[in-house]
Formats: sequence, C-alpha cells, structure tokens
Amino acid sequence: MEDNTENLDNLSNAESAGKADERFETIIGLETHVELSTKTKMFCGCRLSFGEKPNSNTCPVCLGHPGSLPVVNKKAVEYAMKIALALNCRINEYTIFHRKNYFYPDMTKNYQISQFDIPIGVGGFVDVNMGDYVRRVGITRVHMEEDAGKLVHSGTTGRISEADYSIGDFNRAGTPLIEIVTEPEIKSPLEAKQYMITLRNILLYLDVSDCSMEEGSLRCDANISVKLKGSDKLGTRAEIKNLNSFKFIQKALEYEVGRQISLINSGKKVIQQTRHYDDKTQSTKALRSKEEAHDYRYFPDPDLVPININESWIKEVRDSIPELPNQKEQRYNDKFGLSDYDSSLLASDFEISCYFEKALASYDSNAKGICNWLMGDFSAFLNKDQISINESKIKPEHLAGLVKLIDDGKISSKIAKSVFEEMYLKGTDPNEIIKEKGLEQISDEHELESIIKEVINNNPDAVNQYKSGKVKAIGFLVGQVMQKTKGKANPTLVNEIIIKKLS
Amino acid sequence: MKLISMKAHELHELIKKKEIKAEEIAKEHIERINEADKKINAFITFKPEEIIENAKKIDKYIADGGEVKNFTGIPIAIKDNICIKDVNTTCASKILADYSSVYDATVINKLNKHNYLLLGKANMDEFAMGSSNENSAFGPVKNPWDLERVPGGSSGGPAASVASFEAVCSLGSDTGGSIRMPASLCGVVGFKPTYGRVSRYGLVAFASSLDQIGPFGRDVTDCINLYDVISGHDEFDSTSLDMKDIKDYGYKHGQDIKGMKVGVPKELMVKEIDSEVKASILDTIKILEKNGADVEETTLPSIEYALSVYYIIAPSEASSNLSRFDGVRYGYRDKDAQGLREMYRKTRAAGFGPEVKRRIMIGTYCLSSGYYDAYYEKAQKIRTLIIDDFKKAFSKYDILVGPTSPTTAFKLGERMDDLLLMYLSDICTIPVNLAGIPAISIPCGLSSGKLPIGFQIMADTLREDNIFKAAHFLESEINWKITPKI
Amino acid sequence: MGKRINKEDVAHIANLSEIEYSEDEIDEITVQLDKIIDHVAKISEVDTSKVSPTSHVLNISNVLREDNPRQSIEHKEALKNAPESSDDGFKIPKID
Repeated sequence: MEDNTENLDNLSNAESAGKADERFETIIGLETHVELSTKTKMFCGCRLSFGEKPNSNTCPVCLGHPGSLPVVNKKAVEYAMKIALALNCRINEYTIFHRKNYFYPDMTKNYQISQFDIPIGVGGFVDVNMGDYVRRVGITRVHMEEDAGKLVHSGTTGRISEADYSIGDFNRAGTPLIEIVTEPEIKSPLEAKQYMITLRNILLYLDVSDCSMEEGSLRCDANISVKLKGSDKLGTRAEIKNLNSFKFIQKALEYEVGRQISLINSGKKVIQQTRHYDDKTQSTKALRSKEEAHDYRYFPDPDLVPININESWIKEVRDSIPELPNQKEQRYNDKFGLSDYDSSLLASDFEISCYFEKALASYDSNAKGICNWLMGDFSAFLNKDQISINESKIKPEHLAGLVKLIDDGKISSKIAKSVFEEMYLKGTDPNEIIKEKGLEQISDEHELESIIKEVINNNPDAVNQYKSGKVKAIGFLVGQVMQKTKGKANPTLVNEIIIKKLS
Repeated sequence: MKLISMKAHELHELIKKKEIKAEEIAKEHIERINEADKKINAFITFKPEEIIENAKKIDKYIADGGEVKNFTGIPIAIKDNICIKDVNTTCASKILADYSSVYDATVINKLNKHNYLLLGKANMDEFAMGSSNENSAFGPVKNPWDLERVPGGSSGGPAASVASFEAVCSLGSDTGGSIRMPASLCGVVGFKPTYGRVSRYGLVAFASSLDQIGPFGRDVTDCINLYDVISGHDEFDSTSLDMKDIKDYGYKHGQDIKGMKVGVPKELMVKEIDSEVKASILDTIKILEKNGADVEETTLPSIEYALSVYYIIAPSEASSNLSRFDGVRYGYRDKDAQGLREMYRKTRAAGFGPEVKRRIMIGTYCLSSGYYDAYYEKAQKIRTLIIDDFKKAFSKYDILVGPTSPTTAFKLGERMDDLLLMYLSDICTIPVNLAGIPAISIPCGLSSGKLPIGFQIMADTLREDNIFKAAHFLESEINWKITPKI
Repeated sequence: MGKRINKEDVAHIANLSEIEYSEDEIDEITVQLDKIIDHVAKISEVDTSKVSPTSHVLNISNVLREDNPRQSIEHKEALKNAPESSDDGFKIPKID
C-alpha cells in the first residue's frame, strides 16, 4: 500500500497555505520540550554546557557506565513545579520516574528516565491573547525527563541518510528537560504560534530556561488534524517534528492544514504518521515509518524513589514565582496608567518589559513617554536589524535620560529622534550627545529675542498678515526662527515671544 | 600457624602489633592463589606485582604512623561486577572483557579508607545470573571441597576464594541468593544486608530493586566487620538508607540468645530438600532451642510464588539494565556488522552468553505491551503479599531460620540442561531479596559426601543485629573447624 | 508449538532486545522461554485485586541532590573504552 499522501508532498506553498477551506476546522495539540537552565544535569553533577569540546562534560552517570546510578536534581524538580504552577496545573503530591526503553545511539542507557502515568503537574491551562479574542489552551501534563546526547552525522549535508557514520557527543545527555503537553484545543496555526510565544514568555519570566529555539533549548512537536465543521468525528492526525522557530510552527502547520484538506477533498485519506518540516521546501515530509510500532516497555525506575510534594513545598515554590505577564499587564495599567494596549504589548515581551522597568528605575515620571519610545522608534530599529532589545547598545537608563531631556524642555522631539539614532548606533549617553553636538534647546529668552527681532525685521509681509488677523502667519515666523537656530529653539517659547512682540 | 589460614580480625591484631607486614600476608596469599587457582578458577583479574607493590605502600603507611583499621593490609577479593578505577570490570562477560572502570564503587572508596589490599577480581556467573558459576565467559569456578562440583552462584569466585584460603575475605553481590547460596555450598559465611544498607553505586546492576553487596568471610566476626566498613548512607545511590544500624540497636559480640524468638517457616523446608540437609538444619535449630530460644514453626504462605515472582521481576529489570551494552560507548563491538542495527544485534548476540540473553528475553517479554499487567505488575503485587507475610512473621519473631540451599554442591553440568531445576537452587534465598530483608548463611554441618551445609538466618528490615547475635552464638556452639583439602 | 510463546513472539522480543538469533536458536529459545513463562504464569492464580504493587521495598522518598556541580571525568577517560572514536566523540556505525 503506497502512501498516497506522498503525491501531495510537493504541494506548492500557495496552494496549501493560505487557502483555508471554510468547511473544515483544524485541531492542534502541541508537545513542547524545555531544557532547564539549572547548573547541573538532571541526574548527575555534570555542568550543563554549550559549545564545549564534545564529551568534556560527562561522567559515569550521564555516559551510562555500568554501575552508575541517578540522583534527582532538586532544583530541576522545583523548576518543573514552577512551570506547572505558572501553567495553572495541579501538582501531584506523589510523583515517580519511569524508564522508557528503546535503543538509539544518542541515549547512553538505551532507556530514558522520564515520567509516565504520574507526572509532576496535570490539568492546567494557558490563556493565549489573540488580539480580538483569548484562546484558553488546556495543559494536559507537565513532566520531567532527561535530554539525549547529540549526534553529528558525517558527510557534507549533515543528513543522517547520507552519512557513513555519526559521532556521539554526550555533553547534552542528561540535561533536565520538561515536556509540556497541551490538550488538542488549538484551532489554527496562528494560535499555535501565539501559544508558543505566550509559553516562551512565561518560561522567560520564570527564569527556568534560556528558551533559545536556535540552540534547541525550546523545541516543539505538533499533532494536527482537520475535520468537517460540526462533525463529531475527529480526523486522522499527523505528528510534525522539528518545529524550531515561531515562523516554522505557523508555516509548517499551515502547509499541513492545506495538505490534509486537499487529501480529503480529493477523496484520499490522511495517514497517521510522523512528518518533518523542511524550511527549504517549506513543506512537510513523511519520515520513513518504522514497520514496528514502538513498545517502550515503561516501568517504574527502581534506581529512584518517589517524590512526595507537600503543601508547604508547593507554597514555597509558588511564592518564588515572579509576577507573570498577565499580572504585569494589570500593574502597568493600574500603576502607570498605561493603556490596555500598551500594557499588554509591554508585558507580552519579557525582555522589553524588563528593559522598561529598568528605564523606569532611573526616571519614573513619564512611563508613557518611555513606553512610546519602546513601542515606536526603538522597536522599528530592532526589527530592521533583527536583534533583541538586550543586544542593542542603548542602556535603559539612557533611554530614560532621553525622555527626561524632552520632558525638561532641553531638546525638542525632533532633535530627540536624531539623538536617539546616535544612541542606537554608538550606545552613548544622550546628555553627552547633545553637549558634544550643541543640540541643547535654546530656551534662553535673551538669546531668542535677538533672533526673533531679526526675523520680524526681515519679514514685514508676514508681520502685516498676522496683524491683519491672519493668525496662521505666525507659523511662518516661528519656522524662520527654527531655521536660524537649526531647530534648537524651543518652539513653544518662540511662539510666545513673537506673539508678545507683535501685540 | 600459616597466615593464609587466619581470619581478618586475627591478622589485624598481628598487623596492629607490627608483628607481621602486609607484604608477608600478600606473598603467602599470592603463593596460595598461584598454586590453587589453576584448579579453582576463582579469579578473573589477578596481578601479583601490583599486589606486592600495594602491600609495600600499606606497610610504609603503617610505618609512617598511619592508623591500622580493621582491614588495613587485609587481602580481599572483589566480585568482578564491582567497579574499581582503572581495573577491568568484566562481569564475567565477553561484552565487558576489556572494559576498564572509570571510577571506584562506593564500597571500594570505603575500603580504600581502610587501606585494604585488593587481591583481584573474582569470577562469577555472567552479570550475576546463575546459581552455579557455570555461566562465566572465563570458565566455571570449582568447589574447593570437590573439584567436580559447582561452588554455587552467582558469587562463586568470592565464595570459593575464601573457602580455599586464596582470600581472607571477599565482597559479593546477592540478587536472589548469590552470596548466601555459594557461601552454603562452599562452607563459608556469607551475608546479605538489608536492601539499601550498602550503596549499589559501582555495582553493575542486574536487578536494581533486589541487588545488594555483601561480605564473605571464614567467620561471622569477619563478615560483621566487613559489613561495618561497606555499609552506610551514600549520596550517590538514591536507594541508600540513612538509618539506625547494629550499634544503635545495642549489638555486642557474645550476647546469649536466651528468650530470642525464632520462627521456622515450614515453606522453606521445601519438598526438594535433601534429607541430610534437612537433618542438619533441624540439629542446628535444636541448638537454639537448647540454649533458651523460643522456637516454633510458622508460615509464609505467599512465598510459594516467590520463585515465579523473582523470575519475572529480576529479568524485567535486567532487560532494561543491560540495554546499555550496545557496543557504542564501551565494551565489545562486532566490527564487521553493516550499519547500527546489525552492529547492536551481532554485538549483543556474541557479547552475552546464553543465560543472560535468555533473561533479557524473558524480561523484555514480561514488560512488553499486552503482557505488563499479567506478568510484571502482577508479580509486583505478589511481592507485596510476600513482604506482608514477612512483616507478620517478624511481628512475632526476632529471626526466621531454615536452609540456605535445598541441596549441597551439585556436579558441574548437572543442572545446565534443566533450567527450572537450576532456578530451583535459589528457592530458599529468593524470598529474602523480594522482601529486602537481611539474611546470613553460616556453615552448620557436613554431608556424608563431605560437602558443607548452610544454615540461613533472616531478620526484619534493618535488624542485622538479631542475625549477628544468633549467627555468632551458633558459630561458637557449632565450632566449625573442618576445611576443604585442596 | 508452545503453550504461551511462539516463534513470532520470540522474533518480536529479540527485535526489541536487539539480539540476533539464528533460525535454529529461535526454535531452541522458543521452547525454553515457553517453559519458563509457563512456570511463572502460575502467579495468575493469586487474587491480587486488593493489593498494590511494590516497586520498592524501601519506605523512603524525596532523595534529592542540591544543584551543585561536580567534577566531570577527563575527556580521555570518557573515551578510553570506546570501541571506535573520532573527532572527540564516539564513532557510531551508519544509523539505519
């Protein structure tokens, strides 16, 4: 029986994506893996490392040497509790580890220590803000496990199928890993992407992972199916692996929705299978399916003892959870009087909200002003360069300084834009920039009066027009003063002085 | 008196008084091994030059004023499933034949603190799976009492080396009787502590929920002293206990047994029991009775199923524990195989012996989808019933007693063709591991064929003190002086 | 054929266990496993409806380690037992 889905593997993106068939609805469930940022591995004292020499952070335990035994990292359990609580899960007061048995060379014991029927957290939810509505996504379970090692495949392509051999590096083996499984309640690829953004943001707030999708510390697999609207019958689902960026999550799922609908519309069947997203072709492909169904032979790991979690431990961990995005949004609303829109935008990005608060710490009289810069010019610059706010050269206190300079009338908003550009490029203190370039606004009346006198004398027509009742003519005069001062004059003050002089 | 015939505590006194040197003791034992081990085959790794070198270091340490502890300078054999850094740990398997450990087991760390003298790595059934020591890639071990007979297993090497005066003491491991059963067949003392008393860190796992390291000696005192060194809490083993031990229960050498409550479970006097063994066990029980112990027959009804439960749980855990031997990171690899899967399969086919493969297969079957509930989980439930039986018994008795093995040493090859008969060899010892309780085997008599018989004493969890009290008393009453004539 | 286990079962278990058996060996081990499984299957006669399973004889829990790094082993120690190594790692045959 040839897999007839293969014929549709090469659907052009335009055909598959975008053209969501209104008669169908999409059902998505996500399984997210998060590598925790503890100091040491899940079951041994080896440091977590990135980019170090292969197999330099290993020991008998994480290399699976005979006789070695695992001991649970307490911090990893607490991080798992933190995550489960932040996702509104119930913590199981009794939780145990199982062994998941299968042979693969990235696993040093050929079993993975994982959780099975009694995971640490169950039955939670995440509210995903979709702009005009909120999607509540149920969290089935949050469980603890260990990560596998890395395999580097020989050959130029780095593909497993083209490699003559592979190299095993077990530095990553045993890194604490949390799996977060949602209910199949996500209704569109966009919701899936927004869920991941929301989840990542919560994890960043919790400070339990660096959540780097490029480094693989945040990874996600999706189960997706489509069914006719109103139908009780669920569609056959496909599992999509290797969704390692927000963009890919949406694109891969959009492609998959299109593929499945096309299959159904052409009278073919969707086959339950594991598929892989390839960004080069922007499509999903079926992985070679193993004939044998997996039989993981789960059983309780006899090397580990149960973990009992009592109320006081839960309270202790709950108390250590920082303000989460939705709480922060509320505070911005209440305390700084920011609009719902601004508050939500700020709080929805952990890094930006941290930056915002650092800026406020050095100047707290104009939260709205700082917010505007963050949401406006600053974001535009960051977007253009595709960098995060923490990678930019501008220090939070300098941004606050810039807003203060405007508020104090020392520079005009127009000058401020050019000062900001300079700050962005060089990371300089705005006070230094305006001093160095002489950009400080002229607010000295004496200094302005002589310039204004000159302008009045040189523009009798405009003066006469103003005196004959054409109030607008004053704009021309102010413009002349600004031109002469290269924009440094305080326009409000100039306006006042001219009116006084002409009356 | 020759040094090799002395007990560890006797040698200790001489070393302490500086009447002998560790090097002299080492030399005599090396000589003995050179002469006897051609026949016994108790050692897999034995390096005389290194032993002498290490003995000299110990002598220097003592000469420099180093503290002489109970096992300082005492030659000890270590079962070859216990890891010692830079020494081969073969588990008597082809798959680990050239494997050199990268760390010390916790028990070795503890012995090192005593400046013990490593004599060598002792032969065993491959991965501790067996009851006769015939399942070794390095050849079977012979019983010092009769070279045509087995020493018992799986710790055949540790038992035979002590019985034949090659080693003063040794460490073995006991998953279903692997210390007590060979101790019984070789006429030495072998002790299995409460599960969790001795760290398993560095013991190559067979069945993690059953495995426990324990000592062999030629008397109870040596076993108690060695147990005292190797036991104690270990942060590297999550199943290690941090609880009261014998001293906390007020154990002292030479206590009498008056008023001690002794139960004799009728189920341990199995139908397979040899009449001479039974007679000897009953004689020994009489000694207890005569000296003021309250002895009565009791029952452990669920242990009828112990053998079945064991042959589900142990292979299940083993099938997972032994998955790591795959030819990737260490150990034997079939180099001609094409591709990973073929390499796995050929490596494991050639690397493991038939009994190990059989148990991996049984275990995989019992855990596999559709059979888990009927076998693995069911066995775990009956394990609960067995534990409850023991709990009930220990609410009435201080110790339970009976035979260690239903028979004396059997002939090499005799049970190799009948798997179930071989498995039955451990019928009296297995319940103890399932319940996690401590038990000892001490020699109590000799058959008409001049083969030793072992007496088993069991106590409640953590109550090693009761076992030692009874064992020590019986030992002095029985006054065992016979030795094998090798 | 056996009462409880047939050749197909054995082939399936051998596959999960990653052990190669020849045809003859499969025949032999099928008989052996069948005998053993048939023996242990007598546990089915026990009523365990009110019994919970024991996976641990120990009555202990919460054995946890503080998140403090320990010295890893030397790189050359990690690789010293490798059947084949290359590029600081363990060389693995073509993954198929």
